[in-house]
Amino acid sequence: MSKPKCWQDVPPATIAWGASALDVETGLWRSMRPVLDQNKCISCLKCWLQCPDSSIKTSEEGRVCGINMFFCKGCGVCAQVCPVNAISMHQEADFTNEKREHGEDPGRVAGHVK
Amino acid sequence: MLNKRKEMTSGNLAFAEAMRQVNPDVVAAYPITPSTEIPVKFAEFVANGMVDSEYVAVESEHSAITACVGASVSGARVMTASSANGVALMHEIFPIAASFRAPIIFGLVNRSLGAPVNIHCDHSDSMPERDSGWIQIYCEDAQEVYDSVLLAVRLAEHEDVLTPVFVCQDGFITSHCYEPVELLSDEAVKKFVGERKAKYPLLDVDNPVSYGSFTMSEYYFEIKRTQIEGMNNVPRVYKDLTKELAEYTGREYPALDAYRAEDAEYLIVIMSSATGVVKDVVDEMRERGIKAGCLRVRFFRPFPAEELKKLAKGKKGVAVLDRSASIGGTAPLAAEVKSALYGLSKRVPLQEYLFGLGGRDLYPRDAEKVFSGLMENDYSDTARYIGLLEKDEENGGN
Amino acid sequence: MAGIDLKELTKKQNPLTEGHRMCPGCGAPTAVRQALMAVEDPVVVVGATGCLEVSTTVYPYSAWRVPFMHVAFENAGAGISGVEAAHRVLSRKGVAREKIKFVAFGGDGGTYDIGLQSLSGALERGHDFTYICYNNQGYMNTGAQRSSATPISANATTSPAGSVIPGKLQRAKNLTEIVTAHDIPYVAQTTLHDPMDLIAKVKRAVETPGPAFVNVLVPCPLFWKIDSADQMKVCKLAAESRFWPVYEVTEGKHVLSYKPKNPVPLEDFLRVQGRYSHLFKKGRERMDLVAQGQADVDREWERLLKKCAG
Repeated sequence: MSKPKCWQDVPPATIAWGASALDVETGLWRSMRPVLDQNKCISCLKCWLQCPDSSIKTSEEGRVCGINMFFCKGCGVCAQVCPVNAISMHQEADFTNEKREHGEDPGRVAGHVK
Repeated sequence: MLNKRKEMTSGNLAFAEAMRQVNPDVVAAYPITPSTEIPVKFAEFVANGMVDSEYVAVESEHSAITACVGASVSGARVMTASSANGVALMHEIFPIAASFRAPIIFGLVNRSLGAPVNIHCDHSDSMPERDSGWIQIYCEDAQEVYDSVLLAVRLAEHEDVLTPVFVCQDGFITSHCYEPVELLSDEAVKKFVGERKAKYPLLDVDNPVSYGSFTMSEYYFEIKRTQIEGMNNVPRVYKDLTKELAEYTGREYPALDAYRAEDAEYLIVIMSSATGVVKDVVDEMRERGIKAGCLRVRFFRPFPAEELKKLAKGKKGVAVLDRSASIGGTAPLAAEVKSALYGLSKRVPLQEYLFGLGGRDLYPRDAEKVFSGLMENDYSDTARYIGLLEKDEENGGN
Repeated sequence: MAGIDLKELTKKQNPLTEGHRMCPGCGAPTAVRQALMAVEDPVVVVGATGCLEVSTTVYPYSAWRVPFMHVAFENAGAGISGVEAAHRVLSRKGVAREKIKFVAFGGDGGTYDIGLQSLSGALERGHDFTYICYNNQGYMNTGAQRSSATPISANATTSPAGSVIPGKLQRAKNLTEIVTAHDIPYVAQTTLHDPMDLIAKVKRAVETPGPAFVNVLVPCPLFWKIDSADQMKVCKLAAESRFWPVYEVTEGKHVLSYKPKNPVPLEDFLRVQGRYSHLFKKGRERMDLVAQGQADVDREWERLLKKCAG
């Protein structure tokens, strides 16, 4: 979705299009990062159920298969509710050189806030 | 199909009858004097299966207008009515309805705002809403109320407008007085108003949208600009609509109702039911060879500034009679008229008056006195009061 | 809980998408996700003003995959009444789909306080909708002010714990029972301690014809002064201390959904939250207030048991 550039482009009636927040990279907020150990994970789905940001990825068979770093805010609820300690929290600073998953320019979301 | 019929009816009942014929999807309303008859009559239509509508008997005016917004955004054709404190309680939601481009038709039966409690007419309930982003139409009589409801439905729902409408009438004076009103057949009304086709209905679960977003300085201004555009389109759209309805009724209503105004030297600018008194006085003065005229402002929003400017140009004197005060400032109608006349290269002398607060009547002698003042070149910098009990018997006292 | 297969639910698109701007670790979006997870028919949502509404609809983005409307703070009940009334007509006319469910979300401020009249009216009129109160026990969107859902002794910014006054002096209002007194088909109370309970209750509420109400205790880590990662533990303590009884009322019949085998003292629930830290300050302990709180909990629990027995 591209943002309106002038008043004529603004959708009518205060409308926002459904699910358009999927463009918003809330992962930029993160200071701690959850890391999933697939070998320990028993796919009980507790983390998936309790993640406030719907960032636990599941496979077609309904198994936990990763964490979406584009959205994960690093709250640590997943690590806390995991019964087998398959998720551990790490400093986000340790991952600074990594490419972002979604590849979106964060400036597009936060550009007006200088 | 035209099969017109004439009935003795009141402003409230004419409004309710128009509602029955329009057959709106949802009516959510709450009783308050003097508009109570409208929801009461409509509830009766629902109870007797005379309409297909859902009537939501809410627990407050605030909930009435909120339910109207919810229903309108859902894609329904929605109507309601209220007065005075009820209108004031709804105030918070009016700009939201306008911003949602919810084409609600609202029967506003004008009544003074408390305190003290007073059930009679002035415009102190609707005037605070002039900046809420709604169209405001003020009617002179019950016939005009009926015709205006039909026009309002089409106007509000027009895709270039999409703005809610207040159809205002004077409490008791218009709402409760019986007079002959010509009504169209149900088929004719149905044909004229058609069906609402909402563009982004909330109930379209396959194409979900969110209404009422959180918007900071980034886009708030732009969204307001789109509302202004809708309001700017009203005169163009309305002109065609009133012509189209006139094909059924023979009656056309301009935004500014000019009565013997073109060649007049002296003008009274006024609104709603009190216009009748002024028109009578104009006729009498014309018989005496005095070139008197009257301008009735029918649309207060959008305000017909250009038309007013044209008609007031070159007059020897103009008096503006307001039925609500703006305490500490210029009364609403006077402020608009002065603003409209600012563009004239030659200034037209203008006198402001305040009249009729809390239902006090305007008499022919009052209008005559106003015209005399203009003819005698008697102007004051501040507003004058008509019919106010004054301390000095010589200057006031009826 | 019978009939709910989590693996199946992972295939369903969630009505509230990722990309919303709620605080990291906030319980509210979790409550929304879980609440709507097992609802099968399409849903239309109305939200009262509050953190949830503001943070999910930051223009021009919206995190709602389902139709969503926010009008104002005090009127989610009236708003959903209008939407539901419109649906009745428009589905009759064939303009709208026949099977749509209506769910309203409000915080405790928008439900217990400013929106109570609007909610009460909607319940009395019998609209077919579910109202979910995500109850964090205060006004969080404006910065942790007290509401009538704030418990006694809690330190809120308009009932601050000072040197003279020890936090809020009044008990919380029992809204679940006020709603029950409307004699609606389904009322429930729960918290995030057991996701399956919330999922099942909302599913049931939504599938019940007529009005339904679910009161969900949801921590605000900022107000409760807890580590956001610990919120599920705190919810568990709320249920196990019987501070927040987990129960439902179906057609007027009270049933406990969770009866703690070994109830923990209220003190255990209070001690883990910074909003009660003034009660436990060394040398200035207010164990009398803790005891009073415990007495309140015991009394309310007994009352509830009587209702369940009756």
